[in-house]
Amino acid sequence: MSLEEPTGERTETHLTGVTEAGLDYDAIADLLGDRVVGRETHLNAEAFVVRPDEVQEALFALRDEAGFDHCSCVTAQEYEDRFESIYHLKRYDDPTQEVSVVVPTPRDAPASQTAEPVYRTADWHEREAYDLVGVEYEGHPDLRRILLPETWQGHPLGLDYDQDRPQIVTLESHANPLAEDQADDTGEADTMFLNIGPHHPATHGVLHVETVLDGEQVADVRSDIGYLHRCEEQMAQSGKYRHEIMPYPDRWDYVSAGLLNEWAYARTAEDLAGLEVPEYAQVIRTMGAEFSRIAAHMLAVATFALDVYGEFTATFMYGFRDREVVMDILEDLTGQRLMFNYFRLGGVAWDLPEPRAEFFEKIRDFLDELPGKLDEYHDLITSNEIFQLRCVDTGVIDAETAKDYGCTGPVARASGVDYDLRRDDPYGYYDELDWDVAVEPDGDNYARVLTRLREVEQSARIIEQCVDLLEDWPEEEREIQSNVPRTLRPDEDAEIYRAVEGAKGELGIYIRSDGTDKPARFKIRSPCFSNLQALPEMAEGEYIADLIASLASIDIVLGEVDR
Amino acid sequence: MSSNRETTETGTADAQPTDMQFGEARSASTDSDGPAAEGVVESTQEARMGSGADSRFNSKLRNAFGSSPFILTKFDKFMNWVRGSSMFMLQFGIACCSIEMMHTYAVKHDLDRFGAGVPRASPRQADVIIVPGTIVSKFAPRMKRVYDQMPEPKFVVSMGSCTVSGGPFQQGYNVIKGAEEVIPCDIHVPGCPPRPEALIYGVAKLQERIAEGESAPVTVKPYELEQFGDLQRDELVEHLAADIDEDTLVMRYNWADST
Repeated sequence: MSLEEPTGERTETHLTGVTEAGLDYDAIADLLGDRVVGRETHLNAEAFVVRPDEVQEALFALRDEAGFDHCSCVTAQEYEDRFESIYHLKRYDDPTQEVSVVVPTPRDAPASQTAEPVYRTADWHEREAYDLVGVEYEGHPDLRRILLPETWQGHPLGLDYDQDRPQIVTLESHANPLAEDQADDTGEADTMFLNIGPHHPATHGVLHVETVLDGEQVADVRSDIGYLHRCEEQMAQSGKYRHEIMPYPDRWDYVSAGLLNEWAYARTAEDLAGLEVPEYAQVIRTMGAEFSRIAAHMLAVATFALDVYGEFTATFMYGFRDREVVMDILEDLTGQRLMFNYFRLGGVAWDLPEPRAEFFEKIRDFLDELPGKLDEYHDLITSNEIFQLRCVDTGVIDAETAKDYGCTGPVARASGVDYDLRRDDPYGYYDELDWDVAVEPDGDNYARVLTRLREVEQSARIIEQCVDLLEDWPEEEREIQSNVPRTLRPDEDAEIYRAVEGAKGELGIYIRSDGTDKPARFKIRSPCFSNLQALPEMAEGEYIADLIASLASIDIVLGEVDR
Repeated sequence: MSSNRETTETGTADAQPTDMQFGEARSASTDSDGPAAEGVVESTQEARMGSGADSRFNSKLRNAFGSSPFILTKFDKFMNWVRGSSMFMLQFGIACCSIEMMHTYAVKHDLDRFGAGVPRASPRQADVIIVPGTIVSKFAPRMKRVYDQMPEPKFVVSMGSCTVSGGPFQQGYNVIKGAEEVIPCDIHVPGCPPRPEALIYGVAKLQERIAEGESAPVTVKPYELEQFGDLQRDELVEHLAADIDEDTLVMRYNWADST
């Protein structure tokens, strides 16, 4: 694992192909040498086609020589004549520097080398690719289905899948995975196996955590996901670009983070179809998105307190009190409490509500009260001695491990990974505004909660500046949507991967267009999916109670994990 | 104090035993509020309350009963009223709707006002399960198991479009087309997601139905948990026979039949 490598060795000057002006793809091609059998141009980056049996060598070279330390996403898809896995690589230092590695495999034997030894995060991504598309990865440590039940027949995102065929799903008791290794003379293991979930108040939804306990300590923990796999990618692939896809992103991360998710789709589709967004709409988007972030972080903090304090009253109610205010404002703006469906390709659905002055006043009242409310949270939680004893130095994950697992968002930033797409890969109006990225160095449960609370402060700063801008915006220049064709048909075989900073981290979307009005492949890169994968690193060796705290501090939303 | 005796007598003699006689009883107790007149027999209520008793203990129910601590009603009717007035909800979150469900429990909406706001983490302690979200193939057997663990009588509020029909995900390869495919539902609250007000209305309607003794409808197309060995042998069952034990519980989805 990357932990063993001294990080000091990788200095900027030694990175191949990385220049001041951007990436020198020819230098990267030289670096990969014979392993490259072709080259494609995607809208976000150049893609190198690599032989299926040389995946690891190519990825090792890109990681160690060229500094691509972030395996953002793995997309698998089926063509008429082949299967394809795409590894979307980025650099944590500069996510605008991207490269894709395309691994084609034949239809009759879709098997390529696993990338798991290079990027730990590829483990789950490849399992998902196997599960939904049917590509096999040689040398993968645990190539089982991940989202669908193990008895499922067929690969639903493959081309010849018959959705109407019956399926059988088992309800079996789970066995202690360590039992065999630990059996003593009597054949009994001295560890205890504990199922947490899929119906359990601490799992924040329908997650199943298979835990093995040695006394009070966690000896082994495995997440079993897929209890909310509601075919989001299939839904998006069967919708038309213009209007039929936008309602779904709201339902990925449904903790009021809807506008952030909508932005992920809007950004990807707009870049794919070459649409402009008026500046005024960008300001509204930025403001709305930050309200979503506040609401999402409030819920994260409230439920974290619920999990570690085990009470249903104080902090939880404070969190919901403040969320109600935010949701009221968002309802005024978008017309809905939770599923906003407010963004449109090329802008937003409608202008700010009238009378505008009243709306701005409502926002300003909220912003005025927020510092006092945050002080309350700090009184209740972060400066509470008992809470600190419980959370400081528990569930620690260091920066290198977090990167290896592809962690992003508050989870990565709490481990000192200074990575925020709003700043590093600017979109919307963020680069015009004055705000800071909240980073904490410690990587423990406490740091993750603190990071979220600090981000709420920053979001409020952004909103305040947006309100100032919107108030003074000349009436005749309030353009909320650019001119968008009624039917969007992006160029055939155009491919793009774009990400935004969602509430939980890097929310990316890969779209391949086939010249029709619907995407041929729509892949969602969910931040929670990668963050949850790092749970064993935080929890193993800790007490069981700290496992619950770590799970809460990752702030997963199962709708986004399972999609 | 004849009015008190009258109430009692009316209560006993009345041909409608289910009527609690609230109105009359209340007026009766108003009479007895004043200090008992000299030489008049003290009412039971006053005897019990004593002098200077805290009026907080003098509950409405007590007032309603007057001097007689008895009411006559059908036991079933009484139990229905009790059940509807104090419901323990299962703390059960699935998807988006569970966020609105949490808002319904929390400040501002406060479902507890209606005697239905005690979330219980264990199904063995719960009367009502709100099903808040999309049910997928992997989760349906688990949900069925949770439902089975709840003690009778139990009630189901299906919250949101997904539990009505599969909602926006109805066409998904993995999505159960409504909670009613798996467990019987008493109340459907449509919406994507329903607002907290809508859920409160749904719960209130359920309470009303329970109090009136209306029973749950029957599941139309149930996906049952059954032993693998009991399944009809067909191609799929033959194919899986090597992997699944005869006595393992399974749920079989015939997607083509469910719309």
